[in-house]
Amino acid sequence: MAEEPISRAEVEHVAELAKLSLTDEQASKFTSQLDEIITMIDGLNEVNTDDVKPTTNMADATAILREDVAVNAHQKDALINEAPETEDGFIKVPAIIDESEDA
Amino acid sequence: MTQQFDNLTELHQALVNKDLSATELTQQTLTNIHDHEDALNAYVTVNDDEALAQAKQADESGIDADNVFSGVPVAYKDNLTTKGLLTTAASKILYNFKPVYDADVVTRLRAAGAVTIGKTNLDEFAMGGSTETSYFGTVHNPWDTTKVPGGSSGGSAATVAAGDVLAALGSDTGGSIRQPAAFNGIVGLKPTYGRVSRWGLIAFASSLDQIGPMTQNVTDAAAMMNVIAGRDERDATSSSKEVPDYVAGLSGDIKGLKIGVPKEFLGEGIDEGVRDQIKTAIKKLEALGATVDEVSLPHSTHGIQAYYILGPSEASSNLQRFDGIRYGYRTPNAKNLEELYVKTRSEGFGDEVKRRIMLGTFALSAGSFDAFFMKAAKIRTLIIEDFKKVFDDYDVIVGPTAPTPAFGIGAETKDPMTMYMNDMLTVPANLAGLPAVSVPAGLVDGLPVGLQVIGRPFDESRVLNTAFAFEQNTTFHELKPSMSKGGRA
Amino acid sequence: MNFQTTIGLEVHVELKTNSKIFSPSPVEFGDNPNANTNVIDWGYPGVLPTPNKGVVEYGMRAALALHAKINQHTHFDRKNYFYPDNPKAYQISQSDVPLAQNGWIEIDVDGKKKKIGIEEMHIEEDAGKNTHNPNGYSYVDLNRQGTPLIEIVSKPDIASPDEAYAYLETLRQRIQFTGVSDVKMEEGSMRVDVNISIRPYGTDKFGTKTELKNLNSFNYVKKGLQFEEQRQQRVLLSGGQIQQETRRYDEASNETILMRVKEGADDYRYFPEPDIPNVEIADDWIKQIEETMPEMPERRRQRYVDDLGLTDYDAMVLTQTKEMSDFFEAAVAQGADAKLTSNYLQGDVNAYLNDNHLDLQDTKLTPDHLAGMIKLQMDGTISSKMAKKVFKAIMDGEEPNDYVKAHNLVQLSDPAQLQPIIDGVLDANAQSIEDFKNGKDRAVGFLVGQIMKQTHGQANPKIVNKLLMTSLNAR
Repeated sequence: MAEEPISRAEVEHVAELAKLSLTDEQASKFTSQLDEIITMIDGLNEVNTDDVKPTTNMADATAILREDVAVNAHQKDALINEAPETEDGFIKVPAIIDESEDA
Repeated sequence: MTQQFDNLTELHQALVNKDLSATELTQQTLTNIHDHEDALNAYVTVNDDEALAQAKQADESGIDADNVFSGVPVAYKDNLTTKGLLTTAASKILYNFKPVYDADVVTRLRAAGAVTIGKTNLDEFAMGGSTETSYFGTVHNPWDTTKVPGGSSGGSAATVAAGDVLAALGSDTGGSIRQPAAFNGIVGLKPTYGRVSRWGLIAFASSLDQIGPMTQNVTDAAAMMNVIAGRDERDATSSSKEVPDYVAGLSGDIKGLKIGVPKEFLGEGIDEGVRDQIKTAIKKLEALGATVDEVSLPHSTHGIQAYYILGPSEASSNLQRFDGIRYGYRTPNAKNLEELYVKTRSEGFGDEVKRRIMLGTFALSAGSFDAFFMKAAKIRTLIIEDFKKVFDDYDVIVGPTAPTPAFGIGAETKDPMTMYMNDMLTVPANLAGLPAVSVPAGLVDGLPVGLQVIGRPFDESRVLNTAFAFEQNTTFHELKPSMSKGGRA
Repeated sequence: MNFQTTIGLEVHVELKTNSKIFSPSPVEFGDNPNANTNVIDWGYPGVLPTPNKGVVEYGMRAALALHAKINQHTHFDRKNYFYPDNPKAYQISQSDVPLAQNGWIEIDVDGKKKKIGIEEMHIEEDAGKNTHNPNGYSYVDLNRQGTPLIEIVSKPDIASPDEAYAYLETLRQRIQFTGVSDVKMEEGSMRVDVNISIRPYGTDKFGTKTELKNLNSFNYVKKGLQFEEQRQQRVLLSGGQIQQETRRYDEASNETILMRVKEGADDYRYFPEPDIPNVEIADDWIKQIEETMPEMPERRRQRYVDDLGLTDYDAMVLTQTKEMSDFFEAAVAQGADAKLTSNYLQGDVNAYLNDNHLDLQDTKLTPDHLAGMIKLQMDGTISSKMAKKVFKAIMDGEEPNDYVKAHNLVQLSDPAQLQPIIDGVLDANAQSIEDFKNGKDRAVGFLVGQIMKQTHGQANPKIVNKLLMTSLNAR
């Protein structure tokens, strides 16, 4: 785990994944803060977890599946009303530049 | 005017007897809130007009004698959605957000007749332990306004401690109900994961978040639980287990109760004054007939580490929906989609939120997932097993809620690490999904300290009853900050 | 150098449940933008997903049709990426424990049968729709958001574009027979992502693969793969290297065109969905699904050959779509002759569908009406010539018996009615009788013609022939 402290480049890569832009100053600050936190977290390596199963869901029982019955909430108008920009019932957003992103 | 009443039962009786009307009560409550706002900044939104309308309606339809919340003002942490009423999570990114639906807990309390008095301030997206990261400014501790109220439910804690309202709701992901309850000398319960529906709680970390009551006393917390607990089909993680009558469960009798005190909870990093106060409290419980032994939760010392991986990981995903497209803040400066995303999020989130998003994104990213996220998820299993082992032999676990009393505003925000360590006593219950209450246990240097009682899953009744026995046999809950004494005899 | 080709197919199929996979909103198409959405579909702050039982059940049906093993302890995972049609910026999908694994289907390419393995099949939510406009904006409609999908991933067993085509045909057919989806590429209820790599014969290591997009029909899948197979061979033979890239199939030029080169894998940051408890599938539930599985196409084919006496070819054509096969069976159940019904469906009906660009279920034809017409033909009530008219009428939704009566199309088969007419014709044509006796067969044709004329074409030619010969020989 994190044999080397998190680098500035990693911080910038992570920011990109999270769709955040960092100023130079923020990037430096976050690099050292995240570095400190990750070093702290590194303490987990002291614990042997070889035969331990991960816990990723905290519900007390398995899923109660919903019956397949359709209900229209008729919320469209209220939802459209709250959206920053709309047109003819659509949500309006600036187009992407890079068309190749459109999968 | 709520200062005149020590608890919901008294207040309810006065409303039923028509000693005062719901409208008068709401009017006085609003006046008190506004009087305190300059000093506390406990609210993001005070619901003046609508609250009065709701109170008037309660008067017109008549106070329900069987319903302790009928006509009673309740404050909601501002990460709980309220239909048509501004809900911000104390973030710029939701500065203008009016949800089109109510959280399940709000629906239930409204159905019980509660008046929505306002939306309380919090750390942005509930990320913090001091209510200093709010986009709407820092909340102040009513005991000493130079101190933080704790967090993230600092606004709810402050307004209850100030005597504005008897009951508020908070949310607790790593201690966000219990720690501010301790810092403000009130009662705060984090229920078992799944006991209260999270529908309408703006998610921070889905596997850790729970909504719970923040009140001036244990009985009122139990009364609030009677309303908000129970299965909700809209929350797949909410439990179908039967909900007991929590008020009826308060016998005050703890004879023979087996209490375990984890040695890890009174060790290094715990303030001397806090330790003394908690030791005294434990003696009190013993004197009331409980047996007390030292126990060990060996992996709890790794709780903070696991928590600061799992919480941010889930948060990084949960907060991706804030993209400026469908609701909330949208940057005015975007020329294309990528700019819309990046600028909206960079302008809309504060530093602490960004830090946790970054940390979580890192922990989930390719190459880190196994070493961080999965490792923490395994440690979580070990922590759960530690608790199980102790609960094989003991009924409840007791210790301090927070390592120190309230600290000074600005004292810890500069260093996230110090701030994170404050959560060490509260995060284990979140990681294990257990019910845990903080109940007032006296003062250290004039500031309140909380006793934490942790129980088995869905054993809120016993947790509350332990706290109740302690409360009824001490006078700590009668201690109030001076600003709440306005109407008190 | 000779190369061997490896093709991977990822097929998305929309399930036609009543409600969405994680929200109760209706699954319906063609409505006004955002009409079928709620706070969950919009990814509102504070909302939570509730898993739809119908989706798990449909997924299990599809899995059983693909001979896949159902994972009885499964869960959902989040796949994180930003896009305007993806409102939570994560898709709830399944990553490490899919609903089903290790299936297979058998394909047939020019009579050669081959089993193609299915790696896994999982359930997930569809995204909304993002429409680009040249005005510099995109328009988001979230009606499709949350529509249940299954994703079926093949094992690297597909070795040619023809096999890929056959795989898709077989897959579509089997899924369609389960009734869980319309599986129509042209309507988007079936979508195909393709990857292809080649490597020199005899080597073990797979070559670098390229992904193909914009393959909007099975035919384009085949053509795109054929082009790409050739292109990769040319690159390698000229000493070049294949890049890991995504290419777009261009229908007009029948080429694949570079869209983007992949730099490392996308980082979707998958992790287990904390908002949905684990899903447990009990033995009983699987058993119940198994017991109510509809008959698969190969069983039907067998039955058509063994019980109804059809040829292998007829059976194959009739079972290509479930609609056709169901229609055929319904008509036969009404008493229509199987061979005649098969001929009509493959001949006149098929021609009608092709001419009008329609699917069987979009026409006014019902199995009842087709069977009714065939029965009228079988019992001699109408002639095959009349049947042509009746066929047109039943394609317009008319009831065959009513139509035949209303238009007086009933064939005259009663000897008691026909004999006087025949006698009359013979009386009037002594010369023809003479010719007949002198062995001139043409005379018979003339006489029949006269009889048909007198009966306005309604006489049953078989009966006329029989009666006429008897009468002639008697004279």
